[in-house]
Amino acid sequence: MKKSITVTLNGRKTTHDVEPRLLLIHFLRETAGLTGPHIGCETSICGACTVSVDGKAVKSCTMFAVQADGREVVTIEGLASNGKLHPVQEAFWEQHGLQCGYCTPGMILASKQLLERNPHPTDAEIRHGLEGNLCRCTGYQNIVNAVRSAAGKMGA
Amino acid sequence: MATTTITKTGTLVGKRLKRKEDPRLITGTATYTDDIQLPGMNYASILRSPYAAAKIRGIDISKALEHPGVVAVYTGADVKDVGPVPCGASLPGLRVPHHHILAQDRTYFVGHPVAVVVAADRYIARDALDLVEVDWDPLPAVADPEKAIEAGAPAVHPEWPDNIAFNFHQENGEVDKVFAEAEVVVKQRIISQRLIPCPMETRGVVADYRGGDKTLTIYSSSQIPHLMRNLVAQMLGIADNHLRVVAPEVGGGFGSKLNVYAEEALMGFIAMKTGKPVKWIETRRENFLTTIHGRGHVDYFELAAKKDGTILAMKLKLIQDLGSYHQLLTPAIPTLSVLMMPGIYNFKHIRADIVGVFTNCVPTDAYRGAGRPEATHGIERMVDVLAAELNMDPAEIRLKNFVPNDAFPYATATGLTYDSGNYAAPLHKALEIVDYKSLRAEQKKARAEGRLMGVGISTYGEICAMGPSPATPAGGWESASVRIEPSGKVTVMTGIKPQGQGEETTFSQIVADELGVEMDDVTVLHGDTMVVQYGIGTFGSRATAIGGTALYFALQELKKKVKKFGAMILESDDVSFSGGQCICNRTGRTADLSQIAGASYRAMKLPPDTDPGLVATNFWEPPNFTFPFGAHICVTEVDRDTGAVEIKRYVAVDDCGRIINPMIVEGQVQGGVVQGLGQALYEHGIYDESGQLVTGEFMDYAIPKATMVPWIETDHTVTPSPVNPLGVKGVGEAGTIGASPSIVNSVVDALSPLGVRHLDMPLTPESLWKILEGARA
Repeated sequence: MKKSITVTLNGRKTTHDVEPRLLLIHFLRETAGLTGPHIGCETSICGACTVSVDGKAVKSCTMFAVQADGREVVTIEGLASNGKLHPVQEAFWEQHGLQCGYCTPGMILASKQLLERNPHPTDAEIRHGLEGNLCRCTGYQNIVNAVRSAAGKMGA
Repeated sequence: MATTTITKTGTLVGKRLKRKEDPRLITGTATYTDDIQLPGMNYASILRSPYAAAKIRGIDISKALEHPGVVAVYTGADVKDVGPVPCGASLPGLRVPHHHILAQDRTYFVGHPVAVVVAADRYIARDALDLVEVDWDPLPAVADPEKAIEAGAPAVHPEWPDNIAFNFHQENGEVDKVFAEAEVVVKQRIISQRLIPCPMETRGVVADYRGGDKTLTIYSSSQIPHLMRNLVAQMLGIADNHLRVVAPEVGGGFGSKLNVYAEEALMGFIAMKTGKPVKWIETRRENFLTTIHGRGHVDYFELAAKKDGTILAMKLKLIQDLGSYHQLLTPAIPTLSVLMMPGIYNFKHIRADIVGVFTNCVPTDAYRGAGRPEATHGIERMVDVLAAELNMDPAEIRLKNFVPNDAFPYATATGLTYDSGNYAAPLHKALEIVDYKSLRAEQKKARAEGRLMGVGISTYGEICAMGPSPATPAGGWESASVRIEPSGKVTVMTGIKPQGQGEETTFSQIVADELGVEMDDVTVLHGDTMVVQYGIGTFGSRATAIGGTALYFALQELKKKVKKFGAMILESDDVSFSGGQCICNRTGRTADLSQIAGASYRAMKLPPDTDPGLVATNFWEPPNFTFPFGAHICVTEVDRDTGAVEIKRYVAVDDCGRIINPMIVEGQVQGGVVQGLGQALYEHGIYDESGQLVTGEFMDYAIPKATMVPWIETDHTVTPSPVNPLGVKGVGEAGTIGASPSIVNSVVDALSPLGVRHLDMPLTPESLWKILEGARA
């Protein structure tokens, strides 16, 4: 039994009939055709699927699409505006905060929320804030550098 | 440190430049395997053995087939003629079990594929999996390699009841004599535990068959698309030029995607059978259970030395847990450990005996470092054990035993020739950075206060640029093709396959310098066997040292041709090429690359003995490996009450030869150190006695999180390699290789007042707490 849902996805309203058991990550990737949010573990540990739902960073592998009905979802695809990268995206690029890039969309969304809550975090606070996002490539150091640098850009 | 974007060309090699790969990765527009959607595509879900060893009495697929949306169900009987999953390594007397792509009448490890359901979407495929009924007859299993070679252990493969896949012996010098006469002999059993690679992107395969032209395309998250093409074509019995393999964006590999798995052939089989594209994306649980693991050593080391600390000889008995089958390189990995067992120390008497053991576990194979971390961990621990025995300083004993600077090229006891080295330089630099003397004074004070502070050193050497073809199973060369397009823009096709190492950037730096073009004028293509000439791939820190060198030589060839066309346009027999243009040395007139390229393709007129077009291809065979080295120092403090290890300082001074992009090199070192740290402190792939993997999720297998790792201070010395004209050595695995011994040496040093001489990894709070409790009792 499918249910109709309307989600504001990266600023545009979209309506689809979905199975109640469809996970939000599969809705985003397969119904809406996005490639930014990734699936890394299916158990809400790795954070590769992190998106923003009504302004809060959410692991979309542990939320149903129907729970996003009527809500605003922002993925990595929705961060840049008019071709201009979000300061967090820019900082990840400048600071080499990514290697294979698989964790990056989730990492950037989590970092964005971290900075919205705490615009001037210490390194320890950055690490704590990103504890729910795993990266196997970078050793996190340049991710910490990127978030610190983004804080500077956003505060400026 | 800030990065700069340089648009003017100059000497770009050596500069800290932002990566060209990143714009697609930070905007979510890169295409990983799971991002590929094809019209009419079905999804596959694989039923796997819940038992480490079991007979399959029968499989009933009828209910699954009736399930709405199910397209097909296949079992072992359907694919008995496909395969086997290949083992590329050969050793004398190696026992190679026939590795079917789906189990036949018996399973050999938990996760062994048994049946596959193909359905219209992934939810239906997963639902129908529960409707496949298997009549199991569980058998006794063995998961511990030392238990597997005891008499009476369950036989993993009934045809080989001793569970021994191979014995390997290597010897040099007069080991028995030197040991008999030695003033000091130290012995230690050292474990390099099973590890699970855990790239953030699991494996995945999409297969698409076009019956009309009998052409199969396989998209797979792979480090070796060309080798995969050759091997999967053989497995499926099709011609290699009827199979296109595409490795799209790859979300990390670390060796686990340096392989050919059952699923690539299985998806190819399904696409050919059903005539529809099919996708299989490995779940994280499957990744833990069925993608290769790493390490799995039990090593018995003995070191013979003089009283003054001079190392004379080494013996090693190495028990390698192979798992149930050989994957692509499984049996070869411990032989790499043997090659590297002398480390960077100057002694000539060695003996190594490997026993390769079958267990009812998933196969081990190449994981970041592949054999070298085990060797380095062994020798670096043994040097500290010897230093403790002789009451010597661990820095001093290392400096005493290094291969001296005037000994290069240096022939090792294991048959290698170290290309270049200055082994004391990074150690001196690291000692200076940490202010070693003050650090030891601080430690003395800490100990007086009852605190457990440790200082650990590792001075590692490693083998990179794998490698000369005679030393590798499938060719160790690499290829590059460079095409200057009619516009003067440059397209590079490289046989390597990056998974985050950034060669689209570093190779563009090389091209920009050689041809005098802008970085943005260069496009680097890789990973598609239909686009790129035959190549080998990315592993063993080979991509820049070999692939970059092939690129360099192709560029030299191309420049010659550019000059010929330049001379023709300028009507001069005296031209030079620099800054992207040909210059007549007499008149000063110039012709730029777009003019020259245009003329070469328009071909109204051609220089003498010159064909149209500007393309050059090079296949470069390296004359030797390269041998990077370095020194890591780790300062720790162990909490007496909880056993928790705090890393107070981590310094890595690496020498990877000439550096093309320091930002990328630092990133490789930082990430590498954290993987080594994961092994040292947190990670352990544990099978219970029945062969169940008890660390089968991120809940139970602790890869480091941001809060679990220290700040890493990196520095370098630069000793160019004479093996290639770029002078580069390789840096992909250095951090991992250097890290685990420096951390363990540090914690052993911290606990040495309690009489601790050795600790096996991972150094979890629980394991250290038990030692601390024992000391209190």
